[in-house]
Amino acid sequence: MRRAGLKIKLTRRQFAVAVAGAAAVVGCHGGRGGTWEFLSDAHACTLAALCDQIIPADDFPSASQAGAVNYIDRQLARHYQKHQSAYREGLDAADQISRQHFGTGFANASADQRFQIALALEKEHRAFFDLVRQHTMESYYGSPRHGGNRDAVSWRMLGLDEPPLRGRAQYDLRNGNGA
Amino acid sequence: MKRVNAVVIGAGAAGGIVAKELATGGLTVVLLERGKWYTPADCRKDDLRNQRTTMLGNAFGPDDAGNPRVWVDNQGTAHLALPSDGSYQNNAACVGGGTLSYGAQAWRYMPQDFKMRSTYGAPSGSSLEDWPISYDDLEPFYDKAEHEIGVSGDYSGTPFHGPRRRDLPMPPLPPNREFAILEPAAKRLGLHPFHLPMLRNTVAYNGRGPCMRCRWCCGFACEVDAKNGSQNTVIPSALNTGNCELRTECMVKEILVDDHGRARGVAYFDERGHLREQPSDIVIVSSAAIESARLLLNSRSHLFPNGLGNRYDQVGRHLQGHHYTGAIGYFDFDTYDDLGPGASIAVMDYNHGTPGLCGGGMLANEFIRLPIHMVDRLPQGTPRWGLAHKQAMRQWHKRSIVIMGPTQQIPSASGRVTIDPGVLDKWALPVARFEGNVHPHTFEIGDIQAKRAQAWLKEAGAIDTSLMAWHPEGVSAGQHQAGTCRMGDDPRGSVVDRNCKIHDVDNVFVIDGSVHVTNGGFNPVLTIMAIAYHASASLLSNWKGTAFRS
Repeated sequence: MRRAGLKIKLTRRQFAVAVAGAAAVVGCHGGRGGTWEFLSDAHACTLAALCDQIIPADDFPSASQAGAVNYIDRQLARHYQKHQSAYREGLDAADQISRQHFGTGFANASADQRFQIALALEKEHRAFFDLVRQHTMESYYGSPRHGGNRDAVSWRMLGLDEPPLRGRAQYDLRNGNGA
Repeated sequence: MKRVNAVVIGAGAAGGIVAKELATGGLTVVLLERGKWYTPADCRKDDLRNQRTTMLGNAFGPDDAGNPRVWVDNQGTAHLALPSDGSYQNNAACVGGGTLSYGAQAWRYMPQDFKMRSTYGAPSGSSLEDWPISYDDLEPFYDKAEHEIGVSGDYSGTPFHGPRRRDLPMPPLPPNREFAILEPAAKRLGLHPFHLPMLRNTVAYNGRGPCMRCRWCCGFACEVDAKNGSQNTVIPSALNTGNCELRTECMVKEILVDDHGRARGVAYFDERGHLREQPSDIVIVSSAAIESARLLLNSRSHLFPNGLGNRYDQVGRHLQGHHYTGAIGYFDFDTYDDLGPGASIAVMDYNHGTPGLCGGGMLANEFIRLPIHMVDRLPQGTPRWGLAHKQAMRQWHKRSIVIMGPTQQIPSASGRVTIDPGVLDKWALPVARFEGNVHPHTFEIGDIQAKRAQAWLKEAGAIDTSLMAWHPEGVSAGQHQAGTCRMGDDPRGSVVDRNCKIHDVDNVFVIDGSVHVTNGGFNPVLTIMAIAYHASASLLSNWKGTAFRS
């Protein structure tokens, strides 16, 4: 298991916790084909943890489980190139807050610690937090074609037709009532 | 290049009509469009990249690369705006212009909308003015637009519209669930709800089929080509005359003027970026309020050092759009049936007649309900993120109704388009720059409109409501942009005369929303179309064989 950028020496117990924590954060290691287009693996893990504070798992998947990091990484290499430096600096800041208060990177902090870090980010790095919030929402509630909303999970959660035959479901095509 | 009678710049709502009318009248026409020609097959139904929700860009132009604008804030600081930013005030860049992807509400302005100053007086700091033409002057052309382009709806529920010579050519769609919820509530409030008019086939019309009632309408091209724009009506008709040639991906650089102060044609960059000249007898600018003003201001010569038609510093002033406000209602039952086109019911009771307010606006239920829009439309007190936000999305997405409307903007001379001294686009042409603000009385009206929308939702049974009222900095223009080449009888206070001819120049016309003196409390496109028919008729009646005589 590759843990690029993590320079904390782990005890056996800490390592076990870290692995469990990382396992909860799905999809932070390599995009499709094993490499991210923009993010480093370490940044991807941090971002996944942050996205999952914004949309946690319940009966339906969390943001990262639905592909939030994939969406954001892809857009940072395309339409959101203008936000690249904001992400670099913001994700570093998130890890820095985490190390400062809890002695470990954001992705390895406990669930309660991650929530505290997200609150601190929202307060102290509002512009960055709002950017991640916006992009996480886009990934989760937007079209799956952009790399998030895996299997249209949010649309199914909202009770919308999937596949999106929106507006056509009311036709009973068997009776020839189609448009 | 072979000389033609007319060059029309911009293949949108107005340009398409002008090209068709002139070509049908026997003139040779070149129609220039900076964008591409899309078809129903280009309808992607992409909720993050379309003409209204532009996080990932505009589907129908312009691209973010190479098409900047500039806006200036209240501290005088200039900011770069890209087409996917709200501050860009984008409409579209394609054949059909905004009409390819619009929601297609087909409103006539009311008779009072043409006489705003004499009805209300001009608020301090405003440039509220009467039009030089009346509703009655435009009525035949409204009628022509409704029948030729194709409008459905039913005005019988409202007494507030101006006189009409006949009914709309197509009936409304059957009511969706929101209509059924909102109609009785409006009647209980003493309002007059009705099926709002749409440039949309509800039955087979003009050789194309009816709406299939998907809700992917406003911001998208129509997958079944049931939405009527210039790209599937007048532009094909213009081409069928044999007198009109459409050239796409052609960006006009300037209107060329001879030593006698008459236009002799245009210089433009073709689809390969080569600079070309198209000589013509007349030039018609139909590029929508922002780009039309920009082209005139960029057309400088020794006779017109400040731009064409700009002798009295009027080009670009009075920029206006609509100030949208409204409310969201939350219900304890499902309100959402996913039955398009969404917007279905409206009231005109609040457009005029409130003491203390200069006008008002129409109110209607909203078009599209994309999940991404709901993210920031949850009840007040909902956390912005976390589990509670996710669960609120689940709770309210299908149990909410939005009512909003376009508050008629009070224009001011300081809200304007100028040319930025430093920023160039990909053709090295100076870009549009926005200065000024929305007149504050507009916000006073908008705030009251929001409360009216809220009252309607409460009457309909909403258990909670949120107001959508805001006072944004900067100009308002966007898809409803208008006013930059004001129509008037006084050359010192306007740019074009009542027939859309530039006061300064005998053979240059501006025919689009730029000429609107005021912009009504309604979506403007049917008025833009009516103006195009009106100006074309006047132009043809003055056309004497090979030259225009004013």
